[in-house]
Amino acid sequence: MIEIKNLHKSYEMGANSLHVLKGINFSVKDGELVAIMGSSGSGKSTLLNILGMLDTADAGTYHLDNIKIANMDETKAANYRNKFLGFVFQSFNLINYKDALENVALPLYYQGLPRKDRQKVGLEYLDKVGLKEWSDHLPSELSGGQKQRVAIARAMASNPKVLLADEPTGALDSTTSREVMALIQRINNEGKTILVVTHENDIANMCKRIVHLKDGIIVEDKKIKQNIIKDV
Amino acid sequence: MNSLKKIFDRDTWDEIFESISKNRTRTVITTIGVFWGIFIYIALAGSATGLENGFDQAFSGISKNSMGFWAQSRSIPYKGYEEGSRPIFKISDVDYIQQRIPEIEYISPGHQLGAFSGSAPIVVRGTKTDNFNIFGNYPNYATITVKKLFDGGRWINDEDMRLERKVAIIGEGTRDRLFEIDEDPIGKYIKINDINFKVVGIHKYSQSSGFGSDGDIYIPFTTFAKVYNTGDDFGFMFISGYDYVNPEYLETVVLDNLKLRKNVSPDDGRAFGSFNIGALFESIIKFSRGMVFLSLVVGIATIFAGVIGIGNIMLIAVKERTNELGIRRAIGATPGEVRVQIILEMVFLTILAGLIGIIVGSMLLFLINIGTASLEDFPFTNPTVPLLIVFGAFTTMITLGTLIGFIPAERAVSIKPIDALREE
Repeated sequence: MIEIKNLHKSYEMGANSLHVLKGINFSVKDGELVAIMGSSGSGKSTLLNILGMLDTADAGTYHLDNIKIANMDETKAANYRNKFLGFVFQSFNLINYKDALENVALPLYYQGLPRKDRQKVGLEYLDKVGLKEWSDHLPSELSGGQKQRVAIARAMASNPKVLLADEPTGALDSTTSREVMALIQRINNEGKTILVVTHENDIANMCKRIVHLKDGIIVEDKKIKQNIIKDV
Repeated sequence: MNSLKKIFDRDTWDEIFESISKNRTRTVITTIGVFWGIFIYIALAGSATGLENGFDQAFSGISKNSMGFWAQSRSIPYKGYEEGSRPIFKISDVDYIQQRIPEIEYISPGHQLGAFSGSAPIVVRGTKTDNFNIFGNYPNYATITVKKLFDGGRWINDEDMRLERKVAIIGEGTRDRLFEIDEDPIGKYIKINDINFKVVGIHKYSQSSGFGSDGDIYIPFTTFAKVYNTGDDFGFMFISGYDYVNPEYLETVVLDNLKLRKNVSPDDGRAFGSFNIGALFESIIKFSRGMVFLSLVVGIATIFAGVIGIGNIMLIAVKERTNELGIRRAIGATPGEVRVQIILEMVFLTILAGLIGIIVGSMLLFLINIGTASLEDFPFTNPTVPLLIVFGAFTTMITLGTLIGFIPAERAVSIKPIDALREE
């Protein structure tokens, strides 16, 4: 599903150049649930941004579902993001003046789906995350866990190939974190490929594979026994 | 361009309405600028038109480039004439002036008694009697001063002049004071200084003609000359120029020629009296045209300022919505879609504000019109703004709105989605 080879990325910081990714080789198969771990500054968010086409690499290749991702203008990148990727952010990033259903249906708007279909699909996904009753609530009327579930529903709504989650539990307490991770596990069990960036071990242990980043290179890449959440 | 199609897409507008209606404070503040601009513009331009119409109506009773001249006394001794001596107009002077000044359309010598000098003669009808001013005029006098007559009557004609007929055109006031209420004076006789005159017409009194009164009685020039034994002399003359003639110029030329003809020093400013309705009217017309122009300039400038204001607030709004726009782009909005949304939001706000401004401005004009309708002395009629100008202002607004909309739109697009998402 994801195939990256020898990926490099540096940032210009005034006169200095900061080499963040120093040759990443990494592949993800269909249906995997991968945790990308590392301390801050390890390059894990940069990697996720490049995977999410929000940022571009300086060198190296990136294939998503056998499509080469390179030399894209913003319009093409936007279309690819819309079709292939779903994003979940630490700070939820819901649009605060749209209610839950409208937020979930927004990617479908940019896909050009008619309004009725958008409502229908949006409601389906809200139902999947258990928030059908909350469809007409604004983000400000939802709890943190509910907001993140709406965000996950939104990421899922366009039926992407890969779900990218950047510290999805970073702003949540442990109980809510478990709820959200349980949802992620369930979606993964339904066959979706998911990448989770985190620096928390217990969150990483809820995934099926852990990739450790340190100073811009992968220092460890192992399959683990998944800690399956049952009690939610 | 794919994003152009979005303009006609209902979903695009739903998004815009949502963004506008859910950011109400911003919307209201944004629109006030343009609203104010177009409101001021409509109110000013309408008032200027109303003023122009009002003056036009106030002067409808008079030829718009006419002027009058009369003889006073010399203030400078000249060619043997002493200071204080009076130049006297002769009939032959009329031909002289007419021949030398081709810009004159009509020239009408006249006599008067009671209006400027002399005492108003006694006029008798049966048992009723009163004093009225008497004028002796040429037929063309009615053309210059635009005399309106009641139906059934007529003005002085050439036959009256030739035969020195004793006919009179009386005023509304004369009729009311000398005749019974339901009596038709036409064909009846009145006695002016014991001489019988047949009433042939009644003129409508128009306050705006600026001189004369509702009791004035007009008789043929020749008849007046005979009755009062004035010979070839006469007291005043009315002159009107062709439409293209500058009234101030005409007045100067006529005075110069009169001075030459009547042996008056070229430097003598007091030998002849004159009043220039044309010049007065022209300065009023210039004034109201200036008002229209001023309102155009002020209005356009205010609209411009308003649109820039909208652009300014949209820039801030874009900054405020950086995160939102980043989210939109992360989940698939193309730069074109974001750009179209920002520009359409701005154009829509501009149009909305403009429409409200036009409506409120028109309402104000309507109220002013009603309020001033009963004020006779206030020259204000029918304050309208030509549709073409409204349309022009509207087009200017939309064009400006679109052009200035590009600034925030480009700014919104220039922020990378990843940077936009980091913004909190």
